[in-house]
Amino acid sequence: MDFVSFLIQVLNSLQYGLLLFLVASGLTLVFGIMGIINLAHGSFYMVGAYLAFALTSLTGNLMLSIALGIPLAFVFGALLEWALFSHLYKRDHLEQVLLTYGLILIFEELRSLMVGDDVHGVTIPELFSASIPLSDNLSYPVYRLVISVVCLALAGGLYFLIQKTRLGMMIRAGSHDRDMVKALGIDINLLYRTVFALGVALAALAGMLAAPISSVYPGMGSSVLIISFVIVVIGGVGSVWGALVAALVIGFADTFGKVLLPDLAGLMVYLVMAVVLLWRPEGIFKKG
Amino acid sequence: MNSRTSTIFKLAVLAGVLAFPAFGSDFYAEMVAKVLILAIFAMSLDLLVGFTGLVSFGHAAYFGIAAYAVALMTPKYDPANLWLALPASVLAAGLAAFVIGLFVLRTKGIYFIMVTLAFAQMAYYVFHDTPVGGGSDGIYLNFKPDAAIAGWAPFDLNEPLHLYYFVVAAMLAVYGLLKLVLRSPFGRVLVGIRSNEHRMLSLGYATFRYKLAAFTLAGALAGVAGFLYAVLFGFVTPEYLSWHKSGDVLLMVILGGMGNLAGAIAGAVALVGLQEIFTSVTKHWQLLMGLTIVAAVLFMPGGLTATPARILARINGGKTNE
Repeated sequence: MDFVSFLIQVLNSLQYGLLLFLVASGLTLVFGIMGIINLAHGSFYMVGAYLAFALTSLTGNLMLSIALGIPLAFVFGALLEWALFSHLYKRDHLEQVLLTYGLILIFEELRSLMVGDDVHGVTIPELFSASIPLSDNLSYPVYRLVISVVCLALAGGLYFLIQKTRLGMMIRAGSHDRDMVKALGIDINLLYRTVFALGVALAALAGMLAAPISSVYPGMGSSVLIISFVIVVIGGVGSVWGALVAALVIGFADTFGKVLLPDLAGLMVYLVMAVVLLWRPEGIFKKG
Repeated sequence: MNSRTSTIFKLAVLAGVLAFPAFGSDFYAEMVAKVLILAIFAMSLDLLVGFTGLVSFGHAAYFGIAAYAVALMTPKYDPANLWLALPASVLAAGLAAFVIGLFVLRTKGIYFIMVTLAFAQMAYYVFHDTPVGGGSDGIYLNFKPDAAIAGWAPFDLNEPLHLYYFVVAAMLAVYGLLKLVLRSPFGRVLVGIRSNEHRMLSLGYATFRYKLAAFTLAGALAGVAGFLYAVLFGFVTPEYLSWHKSGDVLLMVILGGMGNLAGAIAGAVALVGLQEIFTSVTKHWQLLMGLTIVAAVLFMPGGLTATPARILARINGGKTNE
């Protein structure tokens, strides 16, 4: 592999890893703070992608669609928490698995009823549709760089939110000791609803950003969900920074796996997970 | 239900199953056979979920591995020998469960659910991405295994009726085996692990070994189901290992009420029944399925078998005999 194609793969790995981080961060927060295992989290990624597709066909502009889509996804998440997930906090993991598995079926069929089962494309905004030439015949699309930059900015924003704001303080306290937070008079229901909606919005945003490069297709949520599980397992439940590191590790493992060992590409991610499990069964960044 | 009426009910169901081919058409006999196979699958998972307290979300892997094992062992123009293929497939599934168990049993709770799912997905990709088993198209099993022992064949699996009773016998054997296992000291330890693993540890039980043994046994029995499923339908695809399959079997266990072998069988009947009803109503039957599941979790904690007791209890003014 020469330097330019190596550079392209590194950029691809970063972009893929950072996008996965957006999905996995919400998943790990919901696990860590509310103790909920949410199989339907991948569906939010799919909802985001289809939202981008639907809104872009309406407005003709992806960036405007994303600006509209984020608040929609946030409200959708808050409604879902109110209607369903708020009943799950006291149930055991098994019932959570079951209910969210049922939700996947519902979301997939609603998608099929409303949009059909065809693969759809979403056009890249004109502003970012160029490619940067790296050598005579290789170039790198600007839009992928934009995704990486947006995801990095969001990771920074998430860091600020969790470490420097009052809401973040409550989130950290909530993931450490739920009952104590309740006892201190913090409105735990509102906190849960906010965190859940935030997770939904992040996953949907990842779907919206990915729509132009991966296109929009049935079942796109499932593959992302399982990879996100692997990331949460590697990073440690509840640890956003663990999720970031693990997402990047997975991004590199998957991208370079596809280049170097194409026959085993699908397995690479799981091999990484197996190694981490042997080394640290509770994830790399499991607290205390 | 007290134990006497329960036994009578079970015997009546068994009599119905045994007599079924005399009245039902071949189509329905095949469906009953499918339900019985899925009942084996569900019972094997119940050993983990219901009795040992291990929520495995990757149980389809062992089902699929055994199905692939028999398909790969069958030569292109000849049948495989049943008495070799069956143990070998079950062994393959058990071995896979043993190796995966070494990894996944290092984790607990939410991690365990996610890791079992991830390993099953890994097995799925082995068959989906590599040419081992025909890739994403899967492979056909052109010949059903031959039951001959030294030239003498006690039965012929190509006969639908013989296959039907073979499946019934297998289901009864697995049911009986699990009953024995659960009654044994080993089974008591598993139930002890479910209620309090730390206590079992301090009593001096090496719980990891017990869990690994349970995980391996459950995988092997799921292999029995996978083997029969492949033989019944004559083809194997990577979808046998998919996480939807793992979700479905978990659904059967929970629908039937965990920690209850008869419940697991009832769950298999209920799930196949629901699928048949919903597919006859609409192409988008998964929507109805999803809504049913969500409603069941919200309004029916404890599963199907617990619900009659709950309703009775409500009629009796809140007194339960659970």
